[in-house]
Amino acid sequence: MNAVTERPFTLSRQQEVAHALRAVVPAQCVLFNEEDTRPYECDGLAAFRQLPMVVVLPENETQVIAILQACRDLKVQIVPRGAGTGLSGGAMPIADGVVLSTAKLNKIIKMDAYARTAIVQPGVRNLAISDAAAQHALYYAPDPSSQIACTIGGNVAENSGGVHCLKYGLTVHNVLRVRMITIDGEVVELGGGALDAPGLDLLAVFVGSEGMLGVVTEVTVRLIPKPQLARVIMASFDDVVKGGNAVASVIAAGIIPAGLEMMDKRSSRMVEPFVKAGYDIDAEAILLCESDGMPEEVEEEIGRMIEVFNQSGATAIAVSTSEAERLKFWSGRKNAFPAAGRISPDYYCMDGTIPRKRLAQVLLGIEQMETKYDLRCANVFHAGDGNLHPLILFDANQPGEFHRAEMFGAEILALCVEVGGTITGEHGVGIEKINSMCVQFSRPELDAFFAVKRAFDTAFLLNPDKAIPTLHRCAEYGRMHVQRGAVKFPELPRF
Amino acid sequence: MEQVLQQFKDRISAATAGGSALQIRGGGTKDWYGQTPQGDVLDTRAYTGIIDYDPTELVITARCGTPLAEIDAALAQQGQMLAFEPPHFGRDATIGGAVASGMSGPRRQAVGALRDFMLGAVLMDGKGEVLHFGGQVMKNVAGYDVSRLLSGSLGTLGLLLEVSVKVLPKALAESSIRLAMSQADALHHLNTWGGQPLPISASAWHDGGLTVRLSGADAAVKAAKQKMGGEVLADADADAFWSGLREQTTPFFTAAINSAAGLWRLSVPSVTAPLDLPGQQCIEWGGAQRWLAAEIDAARLRTIVEKIGGHATLFRGGDKQAGVFHPLAPSVAGIHRRLKQSFDPAGIFNPGRMYPDL
Repeated sequence: MNAVTERPFTLSRQQEVAHALRAVVPAQCVLFNEEDTRPYECDGLAAFRQLPMVVVLPENETQVIAILQACRDLKVQIVPRGAGTGLSGGAMPIADGVVLSTAKLNKIIKMDAYARTAIVQPGVRNLAISDAAAQHALYYAPDPSSQIACTIGGNVAENSGGVHCLKYGLTVHNVLRVRMITIDGEVVELGGGALDAPGLDLLAVFVGSEGMLGVVTEVTVRLIPKPQLARVIMASFDDVVKGGNAVASVIAAGIIPAGLEMMDKRSSRMVEPFVKAGYDIDAEAILLCESDGMPEEVEEEIGRMIEVFNQSGATAIAVSTSEAERLKFWSGRKNAFPAAGRISPDYYCMDGTIPRKRLAQVLLGIEQMETKYDLRCANVFHAGDGNLHPLILFDANQPGEFHRAEMFGAEILALCVEVGGTITGEHGVGIEKINSMCVQFSRPELDAFFAVKRAFDTAFLLNPDKAIPTLHRCAEYGRMHVQRGAVKFPELPRF
Repeated sequence: MEQVLQQFKDRISAATAGGSALQIRGGGTKDWYGQTPQGDVLDTRAYTGIIDYDPTELVITARCGTPLAEIDAALAQQGQMLAFEPPHFGRDATIGGAVASGMSGPRRQAVGALRDFMLGAVLMDGKGEVLHFGGQVMKNVAGYDVSRLLSGSLGTLGLLLEVSVKVLPKALAESSIRLAMSQADALHHLNTWGGQPLPISASAWHDGGLTVRLSGADAAVKAAKQKMGGEVLADADADAFWSGLREQTTPFFTAAINSAAGLWRLSVPSVTAPLDLPGQQCIEWGGAQRWLAAEIDAARLRTIVEKIGGHATLFRGGDKQAGVFHPLAPSVAGIHRRLKQSFDPAGIFNPGRMYPDL
């Protein structure tokens, strides 16, 4: 899947498309020279590269409409792109297609503190919304770890989560309205200023559709009051199974923590020298469990959480006593990905979700696979909602290791599906997991997904070949090589 | 249960082959909702029972014909609930009907709507194919989120066989207060409070009185009560009040439902100033849901509500000639038609229940 050397389009086709786009956007917004298009050849999944024929950067909605109409007329395929931080290759270009970047659509149109909403363009960064809302003591809840860089348009495409989504929901729960343009150049409003809209809930199906249904030009997000206080507990366990059971016990006690994360010993040992978060590196598993709200509420809840952890056999418990300490506790968890890059030449990150009660079983399964494939795996989990991010460590320069890592990953995903889970909790299918879709869904189900796509994208030109595999593709399903060591933005906090 | 499924499949295949309409129906408690049902009844109640429920997973999976009351009871036993508080409108209400109608109760303003709790669905489409969407886990981005699309679809896309819904623990403490104030003051307070970290889980204004429910940790409820003031309702009175509101059994609702004009539901931005409309209003969801009992021209009402960014539904009773649901923008209507065509090519499932051409 590396960059193709031979271009599958003629120069006259490239000129034709670039010319048509230059007729509707300023010349500097159309890129086609290799040195200009090279930065767009991949997203956060850098092993999947493809130089696009043309890149276009519209400055306003009128231009988006004209671009889509031009592409439709010329039958050219389009890949929408936000910040390009996605981890499943959802924004990987098409060789003879156009990349439509929302980078210039980066304005906060309206911040309405009284209504607790913000209307933003798709290229606005996730964290920029909360930053702008901070003066009103409000914030935008979904906080993917890449939030300093990723955009709201990309969040809508991927239905992004974050470490606080157990309590505060995913993108789909926090977006009130999406204004988007169809491939026919039609402006479509999904949702609205009210809490619901007439007809079928098209907004729900649009969120998480990986840029395959329309191009977003505006998003109205819900803002919520910033909790007055947040504190996090760090609990140590001498056994991963005990840690997994403690997660279930917290829920059984009627508590929905603001965040509930788990790291195994290898992960805490991996990050501790890097960030010095104060982790108990002798524990087999540590849990980070956060409570937020009014000070009285937090005090009461922290007390109940500690009681549960003690009953679950925690060997040590620490509670953050300041905001600085709370952020320090979290820093290790949020930097697991960059830390993996420091201790291993390459790593392969999985994103399965499982029913919470299977956590211990899957952990043990992964442990056995480490022996089977003779590779190390560091496990970081959004334990509260069962979303696993095992990081398989390997060295692509050692013969056979890459292949073993790949088999290891496939077996983890298969185990996730087997215990009633899913192949992707939050990173999306994109191009990376498209073959695994053949495993999780039947042919009629995949056909239903295609039908949804055609209902929106009648010309079938928006990010085709992503997320939903064709019959042909499933028939040819073979394992793909994913070189995780080549991830872009290695410095960015992840998961 | 396999036999029941086979019967469903046979009925659907025959209907598709013959192009005859099927009216999907659970307990029939919401027969009055939407345009008048057409076609032969396909009763879902034989396909019943909770399939999976583990309280620590926060998910319940049940067959469509399972009574809502059975689900509520199973959850209550474990101190949990369907947090979106679906209205029953009768003791025969089923979970399939609740999901298909897409209705949410008073707690919607705090926790989200039914669609926000949908995790997965199993659907039988017009070809009799059984399709699984989503699953039983909180986070799942494999494939389009069709299960949320099915919530509130009024059975127009197919027969919901099973649903998986997220559940939540009941609040540790709950208390309701009542404050006397005008509609304008109530709307101002609700929107101001909405921007503060207060544990408000429901609100209702009617006839000069604002009732607010607080839910959460004991300390949080106490602190909020102190801050907000007002008269504290006895627990039994509070429960009766919120269930009367949810089930629309209070005098305001019964009068509206039985009137010639019927009951309108206006879904508007919560900050919308008091609407200068004839008749009586009852305001929920922090100002975002406004029930209207008034003699008013449907087209005129819809123009007014649309201008402020909302939509109007002739929720119950009244003259359905003007359309129960707010008309769709042409581009949105086109997407609806294409979805219907794909899931139900012969147009057999609840035809016309939502819109004439759907």
